[in-house]
This record gives sequence, structure tokens and C-alpha cells, in this order.
Amino acid sequence: NMSGSRYRSRAPRAGKSHEKEYVGFASLPNQLHRKSVKKGFDFTLMVAGESGLGKSTLVNSLFLTDLHKDRKLLNAEERISQTVEITKHTVDIEEKGVKLKLTIVDTPGFGDAVNNTECWRPVTDYINQQFEQYFRDESGLNRKNIQDNRVHCCLYFIPPFGHGLRPVDIEFMKILMDKVNVVPLIAKADCLTPGEIRKFKERLREEIDKCGIKIYQFPDCDSDEDEEFKQQDRELKESTPFAVIGSNTVVEARGQRVRGRLYPWGIVEVENPAHCDFVKLRTMLIRTHMHDLKDITNDCHYENYRAQCIQTMASKMSSDNRVESPIPILPLSTPDVETEKLIKKKDEELKRMQQMLQKMQQQMHEQDL
Amino acid sequence: MVAPTVGPVYGEKPSSVVDFSYVGIDAILEQMRRKAMKQGFELNIMVVGQSGLGKSTLMNTLFKSKVSRKYVQATAQEKIPKTIEIKSISHDIEEKGVRMKLTVIDTPGFGDQINNENCWQPIMRFINDQYEAYLQEEININRKKRIPDSRVHCCIYFIPPTGHCLRPLDVEFMRRLSKVVNIVPVIAKADTLTLEERDFFKQKIREDLRANGIDVYPQKEFDEDQEDRMINEKIREMIPFAVVGSDQEYQVNGRRLLGRKTKWGTIEVENIAHCEFAYLRDLLIRTHMQNIKDITSTIHYEMYRVRRLNENNTGAVHTNGLSDHSAHEM
Repeated sequence: NMSGSRYRSRAPRAGKSHEKEYVGFASLPNQLHRKSVKKGFDFTLMVAGESGLGKSTLVNSLFLTDLHKDRKLLNAEERISQTVEITKHTVDIEEKGVKLKLTIVDTPGFGDAVNNTECWRPVTDYINQQFEQYFRDESGLNRKNIQDNRVHCCLYFIPPFGHGLRPVDIEFMKILMDKVNVVPLIAKADCLTPGEIRKFKERLREEIDKCGIKIYQFPDCDSDEDEEFKQQDRELKESTPFAVIGSNTVVEARGQRVRGRLYPWGIVEVENPAHCDFVKLRTMLIRTHMHDLKDITNDCHYENYRAQCIQTMASKMSSDNRVESPIPILPLSTPDVETEKLIKKKDEELKRMQQMLQKMQQQMHEQDL
Repeated sequence: MVAPTVGPVYGEKPSSVVDFSYVGIDAILEQMRRKAMKQGFELNIMVVGQSGLGKSTLMNTLFKSKVSRKYVQATAQEKIPKTIEIKSISHDIEEKGVRMKLTVIDTPGFGDQINNENCWQPIMRFINDQYEAYLQEEININRKKRIPDSRVHCCIYFIPPTGHCLRPLDVEFMRRLSKVVNIVPVIAKADTLTLEERDFFKQKIREDLRANGIDVYPQKEFDEDQEDRMINEKIREMIPFAVVGSDQEYQVNGRRLLGRKTKWGTIEVENIAHCEFAYLRDLLIRTHMQNIKDITSTIHYEMYRVRRLNENNTGAVHTNGLSDHSAHEM
């Protein structure tokens, strides 16, 4: 009795430019726009690399923030016993009405110890935790205000002093390439001449390829993009890995005030593309590829995590009834009695937790009033 | 170290003053827009009402092309089906570079039988089936990059221009369906009502809706902020829109306009002095289209999902406070 027949056909084009034929749904992107401006965006950037490679300075230069103003730098003794930590700083930036909640995740202590075996573990643990939290939120009952704290991009700082990738670099990038978008950078590039930078970049690109390291790839341009965009895109791709310099100080060069570093032999201008790739990095990270970084995180890295997680849980549950299930599972086929009982128990637990949470939220709300 | 020189800076204005304060995060809007344009949009509209109320014509008028099933399917003659059928037609349309896959879901047979009891059931089932399909995709282990969205974003309900008040069938249908989908009621074939009759009818309809607790789009409880509320209040004072549809053009005052020609004059469809088609079009397409889709996905679909997650495990208890007649009627 109920026939859901579907037909597809090409209707005559409703889109000639004169007013007569104008339907009006061309305004859809603007409607979408309006909603996003109201909501705001969030972005989580991780920086990894040894101490002293200019990570904090670079982040401050990129986002014009002053995140580590009162930081106390550890001395050598204190550093001996230091383990790799994960620190988070969140800052709200607003520009031309667009709000961005930026989270910078730092990894102090990474690669600094004498024995750096598995120094990447706190980093991968952190990334997985964010995935897990998102997975719970997404599978839960109240999905209204899910926060996306997943790491969207990891800037990995390679020291400019060596001859290419070191074992710790290779290991770190190989382990992280399946969990996050890895963007390797040549740090403190002002200690290399242009020729040296060129050679170093070639070397790095070869080694990255040879070791099978999958770093973040810029998506290809559409064929219908304008020539200026395509040119910019080509240059971006040919300059990787970016050689960067950061600075928070303003110096006077050629009669102008610029962000830079003052040396006896000259002034390095951070935003001068002839001096370093800072502008390219900023363009890529913020102005052209921020959305793509988030998409790849969501569509690839997160989906991989989720698929693995579900499969692990499913196999564990069928073999061991005492395993904790963190999310409410929707039984797709008719489950056996044991599984059903477990699901029912977990569901009741979840409901109790949610009721408690609601009560707490209400109390907080009442306190605020 | 090379002597510092000024180089061209790509993608930025060539300026002699370095801009210290501009990071460039507003560029993410442009990135989003590019992606949305590439992907295109989807819109699923359902039309419900008795035969002969001009549903197909109205759809064609709205989208200025032949999108209804009548023009796609070759039917020998228009017969009233014995039971309600659900028929979907999809079209790819494009305007100024924006591509949209429009699906019009028709429900021939609704309200046409002698006994129309429970005629909303197949429609309700269809809507819930779309939610179910989406849910199944969402909980899959290997999910598609973009889950195809077949959920009904908007249901246009055609009220016959009796001029009196809502009929029991209208109330029954809207009462149940407004809980699962966005309902936009319209007064069909409004060229049979004078302006006074129209205003009276609208008022009665609004009273009837209020009296029966029926929340049509734009629902008051989903207004997000003051700005929304102001805009939506104005709309709520005007609904249901009294519409006239036409896909025929006539010459009026030297211009070619869509209309209906009678001996006593020509009704211009897009003239707001004649009927409210333009308001409906603006609401559905030019201003609130994205909002309609958002309410469907963040509210109606989420309610369905919560119900589903609960009902398998705990039987008849529904924690979302909704009365469950819609679930149990199936």
C-alpha cells in the first residue's frame, strides 16, 4: 500500500540571472554563513618539539597572542627529572564579527630527556582521550552542545641544526600520522642561508617519503579556481616543509615597524616571504586550510578511531560480559539474553548519571541566578 | 644573512604598513562557503492535502520549473488512489553556482477517501522511516563521509479555502505531525476568498491551532535569540499564508507575469496585494531554508534518536516527556 517510488530527472534549469527566473535559493550559503557567525568556531592546535625551538614564540606570532607571558623556564637540573606533560591554553579571538575559540596544546618536555623512549605516549594518550570524549558525546542522548576538543593539527618542530630527520622525529611522526594532521616545520630558520634551507627541505621531503610518513597533504585545487588561487596553491605545496621564524618584538627596518629579530648583521622580518615561510604557514593554517584540517580530522582520523573502538568493544563484549561499555549501544540485531541484560543495566546506569548531571546543572543555574 | 628586502606578500594587500592586528580568522567563512558550494545542498519538501488543492502547481511555481511528479510521471489520467501513496521526485537544480538536490514528496490519496481515519499513519511512518535510515547510517561502524539526507525538512499542509475554520482532519493531522516535522500550513486556492474573508479565516485558523496546542513552523520554543524572535513573531502573525499557484504567464501592464486569468481580472501570483505566495517563497527559500533544515536535524531528528535509544531497552518508558501515541500507533 505504501509505495516509496523515487524518480530522478533533470528539471529545466531554474537559474537564469534575470529576476524573472530567480527562485532565490542562491542565498543558501549566506544563510549558512549567518548561523556559523552566531555559533563561532573552535580550533585546537598542538605544538610538539624539543624545548627552545621557538614553539611558543611562533604560536604567539601566528595568533597575536601572549600566551606564555609568565612562564618560568626550567633550568637544566630541573629538566633532568621532567617528564613529558601536556598543557592547554585556550584563548577567544574575534575578528570582523567571527569568533574563534583557539586551544593550543603544548608538549613541554618532549624529546628533552636523556632517554626519550616512548616520549610520544603522553601525546597520543591526549589525542585519544579527546577522540574518546567526542565519541561519548556523539553517541550520548543529549547532543545539543557538543564541544569539539579534538586536535585538528599538530605542528612538529624540526631543529635546523642537523642534516635531516632524526630517529625521534621519524618515530614521532610515524606514530602520530594516523591520529592527527601532522605539519612538520623547520624551526629557527634564521640560522640557515637560503641555499641551506633549500637543501634541507629537499632532504626532509626525501626522508619523509622514504620512511613512509604521511604528513598533512593540501587538497588539490579545483579546475575552476582562478589563476591567482592556483598559483598561490602551487607555491604553498612547493615550499613544504615550511621554514619558520617567530617573533613578538617589533623592530624598525627600512623605515617601517616590522615584527622581527635584530641582529648585528641585519634584521630578520618575520612576515617577509623572502626571509622565511611564516606568512605561508599562517595563510595555510588560518586563512585557507583551517576548515580542511578540521574536516580531515573528523572524516579520517576520528572515524578510524571510532571504527577501531567499536570493533574492540564489540569483540570484548561477546567474550566477556563484565566489560564496561561507555556508550549506549543501539542493538541492531536481536541480541542474546546476556547481552540484553548488560545493555539494560548500562542504560539504566547512564540514565542515572544523566539525571545526576541534570540536577547538578540545575543547582549551578540556581546559584547563578 | 641577506640584507632585508621587501618582497611581495601573497594573498594580502600590498601595503607599506604591516598590519599588526589582523590574523585572518574571518577567512574561515570563505572556506566554509567554498566547501558548501562544492558539495551542494539537499532539500526535502513534503506536500499534503486533498486532491485538487493545487499542490503540484504550487511546487512548480515555487521553484519555477516542473518539479512535481505530474510532469515527470506519465499518467493517463489523474485518478484518486484507493490508499495513500507516498511518491518522491528528485531534481538537481542550480542557481548562481549553488547546486541543490530538491526532493518533492507527494502524498496522493490523503483526505480523499470516504473514511479518512488514520490517514496520517502512512505519512508518519514515512517520516520516521527517513529518520531511521539516517540513524542507521550514523551508527554504522564504517560511516559514509556525507550521510545522504532523506529526512523531510518541511511539510506544507494545504488547507481548503472554506473560509470558516479548520476541519477535524486538519486538526488531527497537524496535531500529530507537528511533533515530528516542521509543518507550514497554507490556505490553498486563496483566490476564492476576499481580503476580509481571508483575514477572518486566518484568525480562526490561528485560534484553532492555539486551542489544540499545535506548533507550526516557526515554532516559538525554537527561537534562538531576540533577533530570531523578532523576525519569527512577524511571520507567526501572518501564517497561514494564503497562496495561489500558477505556471502560466500573462501579459499585465506590459510585463509577463505568472498568474491566473479570469473574466474579472488577472490574479498575479507574485503580487503581494493579490496573494501571499511571495511571503511563502521568501520564508521557505530565501530566508529560512537553512533554519528549517537545522530544526529538522537538531530537534526533530534528535528527539527520534533519543526515543529509539531508550525504547529498545526500557519498554514503554519515555524519558523525553513526549506522549508516545505517535510511536504506538504504528
